[in-house]
Amino acid sequence: MLEPINVSLESLNLITLAPMLIAIAGGLIILILDLINDKVSKSVYVILTVLVLLIDFLSVLGLTINERGFFDVMLIDGIAIISQLMMLVASMIFIPLALTSKRFHEYSYPEFFALFLFMTAGFQFMVATDNLILIFVGIETASLALYTLIAMHNRADSYEAAVKYFTMGALAAAFFAMGSAVVYALTGSVELYKVAEVMATRLDETGLMIAILGSSVLLLVAFSFKLSLFPFHTWAPDVYQGASAPLAGYMSIVPKIAAFVVSIRIFGMYIDLGVDWVQNILLVVAVLTMTMANIMALVQEDVKRMLAYSSISHAGFIMAALALNTTAGNTGIFFYYGLFMFTNLGAFAMLWISRHKKRQFDKRYDHPYEKFAGLITSMPMAAIVMGIFMLALAGVPPFSVFWGKIYVMQSAVNAGYVWLAIVMGLNSAIAAYYYLKLIVYMFLKEPSKEEDVVYYNMSKPLIGLIGLSALVTLTAIFYVQDLLSYLFTMISASGY
Amino acid sequence: MDNILSILVFFPAVAGLLGFWVNKEYIRTYGITVVSIEFLLSLGLWFSFDMTNAGMQFLEFIPLIPEMGISYSLGVDGISLFIIIMTTLMTLIGMASMGETKNIKNMILSLLFLEMTMVGVFVALDAILFYLFWELSLVPMLYIIGAWGGPKRIYASIKFFLYTFTGSLIMLVGMLYVAYIYHGVTGVWSFALSDWYALILPVETQLWLFSAFFIGFAIKVPMFPFHTWIPYAHGQAPTIGSVILAAVLLKMGTYGFIRFSLPMFPDASVMAITPIAVLSLIMIIYTAMIAYAQKDIKQVIAYSSVSHMGIIMLGLFAMNAEGLSGSVFQMLSHGIVSGALFMLVGMLYERRHTKELSEFGGIAAVMPKFAIIFGIMLMASVGLPLTIGFVGEFLVLLGFYQVSPMITILAGTSIILGAVYMLRVMKMTFFGPLDKAENKVLKDLNTRETWSLIPLVAIVIWLGVYPKPVLAPIDNSVKALLIFMDEKAITAEAKEMINVAKSTKEVE
Repeated sequence: MLEPINVSLESLNLITLAPMLIAIAGGLIILILDLINDKVSKSVYVILTVLVLLIDFLSVLGLTINERGFFDVMLIDGIAIISQLMMLVASMIFIPLALTSKRFHEYSYPEFFALFLFMTAGFQFMVATDNLILIFVGIETASLALYTLIAMHNRADSYEAAVKYFTMGALAAAFFAMGSAVVYALTGSVELYKVAEVMATRLDETGLMIAILGSSVLLLVAFSFKLSLFPFHTWAPDVYQGASAPLAGYMSIVPKIAAFVVSIRIFGMYIDLGVDWVQNILLVVAVLTMTMANIMALVQEDVKRMLAYSSISHAGFIMAALALNTTAGNTGIFFYYGLFMFTNLGAFAMLWISRHKKRQFDKRYDHPYEKFAGLITSMPMAAIVMGIFMLALAGVPPFSVFWGKIYVMQSAVNAGYVWLAIVMGLNSAIAAYYYLKLIVYMFLKEPSKEEDVVYYNMSKPLIGLIGLSALVTLTAIFYVQDLLSYLFTMISASGY
Repeated sequence: MDNILSILVFFPAVAGLLGFWVNKEYIRTYGITVVSIEFLLSLGLWFSFDMTNAGMQFLEFIPLIPEMGISYSLGVDGISLFIIIMTTLMTLIGMASMGETKNIKNMILSLLFLEMTMVGVFVALDAILFYLFWELSLVPMLYIIGAWGGPKRIYASIKFFLYTFTGSLIMLVGMLYVAYIYHGVTGVWSFALSDWYALILPVETQLWLFSAFFIGFAIKVPMFPFHTWIPYAHGQAPTIGSVILAAVLLKMGTYGFIRFSLPMFPDASVMAITPIAVLSLIMIIYTAMIAYAQKDIKQVIAYSSVSHMGIIMLGLFAMNAEGLSGSVFQMLSHGIVSGALFMLVGMLYERRHTKELSEFGGIAAVMPKFAIIFGIMLMASVGLPLTIGFVGEFLVLLGFYQVSPMITILAGTSIILGAVYMLRVMKMTFFGPLDKAENKVLKDLNTRETWSLIPLVAIVIWLGVYPKPVLAPIDNSVKALLIFMDEKAITAEAKEMINVAKSTKEVE
């Protein structure tokens, strides 16, 4: 007869689960509220969601670093905490973008907000563990919710985007599952710290290297889909174009932060084990991603597609930081995203306020460059703010993204990759062209159409949010030091 | 006022921000007042400057991002002092003489922001701070060229931006590498120039870093073969854009060589003398010949401006006090003279709406004041003795003669070539028959235009006759720089080449 299993509640350390549970509970509350009273205005849901996210944020802030919990499945280390904080901040900026002056289909459903909170919980699970199964569960929870959110935008190309994203996501999931299976076959464990231990002892066995490489390739393909790395990036512009502008901005940040955290855990492990091949292939992928995406971005006619390619290129930049596998490089990832987050969301929010509910600006695109021609005369303040976002994305000092770029380039130089820093520099120069193109349209060209082009969708909360993003972008120089030292302590404390 | 440099940098920017609330009709008055105050402040800097001190003065240091070693560090020495004064002066005069009326508010505010970045570049003593102002200066200039320029203005402005941006990103990698070496040696991150100067680098590293910085600076100067952006920029820019571009923005490149390349990489600089001299020579002679072939007055001035930048480059790499001081002095004279010439062409263009040489002729009869001032500036540009242009050119040639008589003689031909094309411009515009009907009714300079040019004429003659008040402090700092380079150089050839003026060496 089996002995009954005794588990003390303390050893479970349930507090590590608290943040995710808060998000899930918040989602449930919203659903229950809808059951009781189905006439509640969307503004209530928006504010409720923000409040839940805020509590979530505070609970993450209260976690102690380097703890494990729940049968050692949960891992609360430095990167888990900072990535959760960043995702929650990004979500808190994203959700109020629903408070537009026009009513949009998706926001009239409380399910939107509930799904959003479930998705947040999924991403939080994904980063706060080193168990491949829980990572998989987190990815799928979050992705399935995200597909639905995209489709809820209720336009033909939104469905197309959702289906496209779903197909690609399913493929990525399959690759991830296969990769994990190979890892399990090799090491008999799905927990990365054990995997690393076992793999270290078996590295020298003949004929095994091919299997180790195989596992890394499968996992890399899976994450290349998620991170939209070359050559698995082709879905991204279409999906961004079909999704609503805020959601596109959200997709360029939060899912990528989560996927980068998992990548740090997985590929960092391979590189630490001395599998140089992984590092080399990551560098190649990073360079190709930033270069190819930049070149593609040059020929785009639509600002949203341009921003999609630019987000891919930025992801390539960050991938290069990851490939360095140094503490500075890993800090660079979060530092870059911390700064990029506000600027990119701000830029997408600017597209959002220029969106008409039904009418498209032209047959093919919603936001072609021509739409913004002569903005400086019609809306000078908006043109200046958008100009600042573009300059910041291009990496012109002293705006936010510049500090991220210089930090990543510096860590590349420090790791001995001067050529990588030069490639990054040249890519920034290429990228400057397409950001500049929008500035040229806004500041130097005459308006192309007589009709009321922009600002269908402006409202006070949106102005406030964009103002906040612009302020954070502009004043980066004053808080960069604090942000950087916080990130560095957190990351070095957990040994990355 | 210990923080006068910060005030100098940020006063125009703050005024520019507040300027958004100034009524459109009075924005010109507002702008001119602000830049006048800025100019007076820079004069105040000159008067409180200690002329006997060759080192950095009015130092300010605030650690900005200690984690990355970036600090807010400002200072001024004899070299940068006069460039700053020239910057504020040319901004003032450029703005005062500006005939632009379209969207005047945006223009004035852009100029104010531009002034911040220009002054910032010349006072920054931290590499990243320098880079920050350097890059930021592109943005208002892009707008000025792109919004008020000629028919191909957008192409010109983008070309200007991308060219310089690309070059400076390579320079940024160079800066990061220097910081990395500094970290390797001391264990501390720092981008402060004073720290960097202490680094002694192996020759090979110096050469690599020299090339990285060279790309950034050479594009800005613009050195041959990186000069292709400038004809477009000048050709399409509005008058004020050309004035600022020629007078100040190009100087950022040559100033960069003095501040970074020479003191940090003395051995590499000595090795680069011959290639740079050859490139400068090509730049001097080739662009002078192109200038001769131009049909458009503004393009003549633009190419002559590039040609004279070649003289400055030559002087920088003479590695002796005469050449370097002459070069710095030539930067000032080039700024004033070519700025004034661009203004004059602009005034002509406003009246006739053409810049074609063939459209003019004999206008000295209807525009005597204009012809006199234009004549003086042309002579100064050619380097006639007793004008400001002579002093710098003479010193540079004198200095470089000690390096290579052959190259000096060839470069000296530029004076002849310069005289040829400038006199051609003069002949074709001012003399000959006054046969075009439109030219007969041209109005002479009005009071505003005259009074914005007279100070420049006064400076051209004053510093041409008696350059000592300006030359002495420049010379001081230049000698200090040479002594520093001589001490720092590791190869024997470099030590021999860097010619510290004997008198100063004996004093030590």
